[in-house]
Amino acid sequence: MLPVYYYVALSAILFIIGTLGVLIRRNAIVVFMSVELMLNAANLVFVAFARYYQAMEGQIFVFFVMTVAAAEVAVGLALIVAIFRTKQSINVDQINTLKG
Amino acid sequence: MTIQYILFFSLALIAVASAVGMLISRNAIYAALYLVLNFATVAVFFLLLQAPFIAIAQVSVYAGAIMVLFLFVIMLLGAEQVGPQQAIRWQRPVAAVLGVILLAELGYILLSQTGVLPGTSTEIAEAFGSPAAVGVNLFTAYLLPFEVTSVLLLVAIVGSIVLTRFGRTNGEEGK
Repeated sequence: MLPVYYYVALSAILFIIGTLGVLIRRNAIVVFMSVELMLNAANLVFVAFARYYQAMEGQIFVFFVMTVAAAEVAVGLALIVAIFRTKQSINVDQINTLKG
Repeated sequence: MTIQYILFFSLALIAVASAVGMLISRNAIYAALYLVLNFATVAVFFLLLQAPFIAIAQVSVYAGAIMVLFLFVIMLLGAEQVGPQQAIRWQRPVAAVLGVILLAELGYILLSQTGVLPGTSTEIAEAFGSPAAVGVNLFTAYLLPFEVTSVLLLVAIVGSIVLTRFGRTNGEEGK
């Protein structure tokens, strides 16, 4: 296995790209995809350290993170669809009031 | 050892390039497809790290189910592009500066920590990361979290059904 730093560095780069996506993009769905990218970067570190310490717990935790991500996507996309119905837009700049 | 380096850096290049592609592509469909590519490369990283079960779960759950859901919603709403207007003009440069600062901090921490952790042993237990090992762990030590996960998924299902139903009845009443 390569030094674990390589994986941590790659994961940090992916995480920062995800952060930039959340900050820069205006499309709510793309913002949401950037959040998925950040979760995935965290998963990569979990698996890298699970391999490094030869402990299964990291992989188990990645399994749970994936489940939470799936649940989050289901609810989040339902929310986006509901917002689109009332506002006719998913531009996050136009969704600045909670009351439609 | 060199083949490992070549493999890692080529895959890392694909992963970072596809993530940047997701970040800058104007069309949300292309962004979703770039993200699928990114998830697939991360699945290969999981294989390299002796986690075959997680790699398959990554491909089937992330690249399969989640991204298909994203694509469905993008096409359903016809929301490939939102207007180019940026409400806050200074948002983009500030975001870039903050990202660079975060990257510099992480790079500094990583570089200053190099050599603290001892190198990895190359030999590894035969069954490490196999689906059987994951299953044994999941159904003995982590049985309670596993069951709680099912409640979470049920809540997510009910929540998304309620959200979409509520919107529809409301809209009909409005008309």
